[in-house]
Amino acid sequence: MEPILNVKNLTMKFGGLKALDDVSIAIEKGQIAALIGPNGAGKTTFFNCITGIYDPSMGDVQITPPGKSTQSLRGLKPNYVTERGVARTFQNIRLFHGMTVLENVMIGRHCRLSSGIIKAMLRPPSQREEEKKAVYDSYEILEKIGLDKYVNEMAVNLSYGAQRRLEIARAMATEPFLLLLDEPAAGMNPKETKELDDLILWLRDNENLTILLIEHDMKLVMSLSDRIHVVDYGKKIAEGNPQEIKANPEVIKAYLGEESDDA
Amino acid sequence: MPIKQQLKQSLIIAFWFMILTFPIMVIKVNTIQNIIVFRWFNLLWVGILTFFASLVWNYFLRRTEAGKKKDFEDDTPLIHRLLQNDRFRRPFLGLVAAFFIAYPFIFPMYHTSIMISALVYVMLGLGLNIVVGLAGLLDLGYVAFYAVGAYAYALLNLHFGLSFWVVLPLSALLGTLFGVLLGYPVLRLRGDYLAIVTLGFGEIIRIVLENWDEFSNGPRGIADIPAPTFFGHQFNQDNTMIYIYFIVIALVLMTIFFVHRLENSKIGRAWIALRDDEIACQAMGIDKFKTKLTAFALGATWAAMGGVIFAAKTSYINPMSFTIWESITILCVVVIGGMGSAIGVIAGALVLILLPEYLRAVAEYRMLVFGALQVIVMVFKPDGLIKSVRKVYTFKTSQEPQQEKIAHGTHT
Repeated sequence: MEPILNVKNLTMKFGGLKALDDVSIAIEKGQIAALIGPNGAGKTTFFNCITGIYDPSMGDVQITPPGKSTQSLRGLKPNYVTERGVARTFQNIRLFHGMTVLENVMIGRHCRLSSGIIKAMLRPPSQREEEKKAVYDSYEILEKIGLDKYVNEMAVNLSYGAQRRLEIARAMATEPFLLLLDEPAAGMNPKETKELDDLILWLRDNENLTILLIEHDMKLVMSLSDRIHVVDYGKKIAEGNPQEIKANPEVIKAYLGEESDDA
Repeated sequence: MPIKQQLKQSLIIAFWFMILTFPIMVIKVNTIQNIIVFRWFNLLWVGILTFFASLVWNYFLRRTEAGKKKDFEDDTPLIHRLLQNDRFRRPFLGLVAAFFIAYPFIFPMYHTSIMISALVYVMLGLGLNIVVGLAGLLDLGYVAFYAVGAYAYALLNLHFGLSFWVVLPLSALLGTLFGVLLGYPVLRLRGDYLAIVTLGFGEIIRIVLENWDEFSNGPRGIADIPAPTFFGHQFNQDNTMIYIYFIVIALVLMTIFFVHRLENSKIGRAWIALRDDEIACQAMGIDKFKTKLTAFALGATWAAMGGVIFAAKTSYINPMSFTIWESITILCVVVIGGMGSAIGVIAGALVLILLPEYLRAVAEYRMLVFGALQVIVMVFKPDGLIKSVRKVYTFKTSQEPQQEKIAHGTHT
């Protein structure tokens, strides 16, 4: 079977700097995969290349949505990438602070709604129906993620952990088959991290999602991941299951070396 | 801050103002006798007044800041709470309606005329609110679309004899078209760059109108623009004013109606998302460019309709009515009224346009008072007179059957 995400020889240059150098990563359906590496290794750049925020200098990004044929994402604008079923969260939380929690999730529904300007002004029954359903669907997602008590709260007033969960809720609203999480546990306390761990597993098992996450919390990565990819200085240096990665001398040298006590 | 320190600060400010105003308040040259008169008493007055004004200013400033630190519960503006309360909503709206219906019959023509201008600014403000307040695109050339509307009516009437009622919808389309045409090349920019480019576009339209003599009659403008007719009937001068007044009221109501619906729709949410975070917005599947363009085009639509009313009311237009200052005034309406808040923009337009007219009483200090008021609003109410409030949705608990979970959201 084709991998659900197949990144081939991805290279991203910023001027003379090669942020990514010939990185190839394949992710199978239903996997929880992790992308790890020291700060500045090019992990977020990798996400940005997949989601269309950057146009990679070389290489290709291919997806195979369930039940559909393989297609390339290269050169697509971010909104089309999302439309094709790849959603993401951000390392530095990027919520819409002028909106309520519910509206933040409703924004995620945007690309799945069809009513245009004329319909918004005239509000025919079809638009009302759709709008009502969007509200309902968004509320349901908030319920699943456990944020339903904050529906009308302004997003900016939520706690840090809740904001991170709201980002996941918002990404879920776009109906993805592949979810990219950029440091979802950053800034969370141990209790919140545990809840996040459960949430990610739940997303994979109940929502049929494939998940690729960037994370620095080694405990979380090792307990969650089916497969780990390691990058350093823009190059992929290792790939394997948690045991293999823990034992890989090159990874220890590049990354886990200083932190091997925690891991 | 301890009281001693406050007094000290106010003393310093008073002293500073005394030095600052010394040349204009104290020195007076008597040109007849060629002597200089020193009015030392004025200096004393400036000192005392500034001292107390500064104390009061500080007091209110501290109160505003203390208010901010309190919980977020009760910062919904009064008018929103009135409109949300079912008992007050109807009587309140009834009163407002009664006032506006009776207005032209109670007050003399001069006041009706001023009110028409203010209401045109309500339309312009609500239009620009889409662009600046909701979509967050700083547009300093908004007046260009106002000019498009005004000249569309004047020229189409002059050359083809088209009537007001034909041109009004045409100008709306023309405004949208110009919004798309001007928006297309400039919307790749953002922030300050967008502001400067739109400012340039606004000026280009004005300069073209001023210099393309064969097309627009140049700086001489176009005169004798007919007032709107009522099914072919032409009113006398006073009644025409009242008639235009009610047309504007109807258009303002229509604007509020549509803008409110847009605000709480898919496209309206996309505008706000775009304003808050462009990258996250795209990552949520929103086409950035298309969303910006619709905001720009829809904003232009209302500006053009406002322009038609303006031309019909004044019966004479020339390029001098469409300078950059007009754009700035409309922007002030939006910012001082409250960005993104329709009720705020309405209040802003009424205050900003009516106030200078009624401040004529204080003649030469008019603009000074006006400027001071703007500063005061921005210091004490940085969100504008009436800040925007997001729609509230109510849900019952999840124990109940799923279908009934959504009750209708109350409109704000």
